[in-house]
Amino acid sequence: MARFAAGARVRARPADPDGHTRLPRYVRGHVGEVLEVRAAWAVPDETVRGITRREPVYAVRFGAAELWGSGSHAVILDLWESYLEEAT
Amino acid sequence: MSGSHDELPVAARVRGLEERLIAAGLVTDAELEEVLAAVFTSASPTNGARMVARAWTDPAYAGRLLADGNAAAAELGFAEQTRGYLLKAVQNIPDVHNVIVCTLCSCYPTALLGPSPSWYKSFAYRSRVVREPRAVLAEFGLELPDRTEIRVWDANSETRYLVLPRPPAEVGGLDEDALAALVTRNGLIGTALR
Repeated sequence: MARFAAGARVRARPADPDGHTRLPRYVRGHVGEVLEVRAAWAVPDETVRGITRREPVYAVRFGAAELWGSGSHAVILDLWESYLEEAT
Repeated sequence: MSGSHDELPVAARVRGLEERLIAAGLVTDAELEEVLAAVFTSASPTNGARMVARAWTDPAYAGRLLADGNAAAAELGFAEQTRGYLLKAVQNIPDVHNVIVCTLCSCYPTALLGPSPSWYKSFAYRSRVVREPRAVLAEFGLELPDRTEIRVWDANSETRYLVLPRPPAEVGGLDEDALAALVTRNGLIGTALR
């Protein structure tokens, strides 16, 4: 079951993981909005260690002002559920 | 990775891996060549352009393309080439312009857009287009009005994007082939109007 629904505000986890990840540094710690649930895909951070575990992946939209402090564009990327926490 | 792959340590690493796989009897050089040939000989932006031209002339197809890119690709014979990722078409409309990037490497639907241009893999494009897309697009000769909202899609996961550009004004007078000829690779990436 997907933990977040479209419209949910989520924060990308700020921590820098030890190994491989597909959570880009530029969104870490920032708050975005879930656009939709893409699918359940294997978590790449674990796949590289030989573990195949699927998780919901979300298209998350970040405003430029949130990411960079200025700008009016939006950046949308796909984030695995364990990359995210609820934004309060 | 960025720039020309031949000059990078990764090229040597890939060759090293290939040699180990071949030595272990898991694959042959000929099989590897065959796979690469299958990927690259049919990979062309004319494929993506055909999908765009169909969407411009057939609103029902446009709807299906936006709802399920893989199924829409399959309708035009690209099922095999687009297997293994979620194909998402993003539509340019008045006041919204889309552009694609892979900030982590160079992910891109090669079958539909052709082999990616070297600038798409460059650190400059990958780092700047998420930060200042308006300035980057202007350098490509695409000056967008201030009111246009720019959406940058980072293909950091298993989703691959294709931009559905806005049709030209004369869309009604042209057939699908003529329309497809108007669509460029940069239009499909979003660094050109179409």
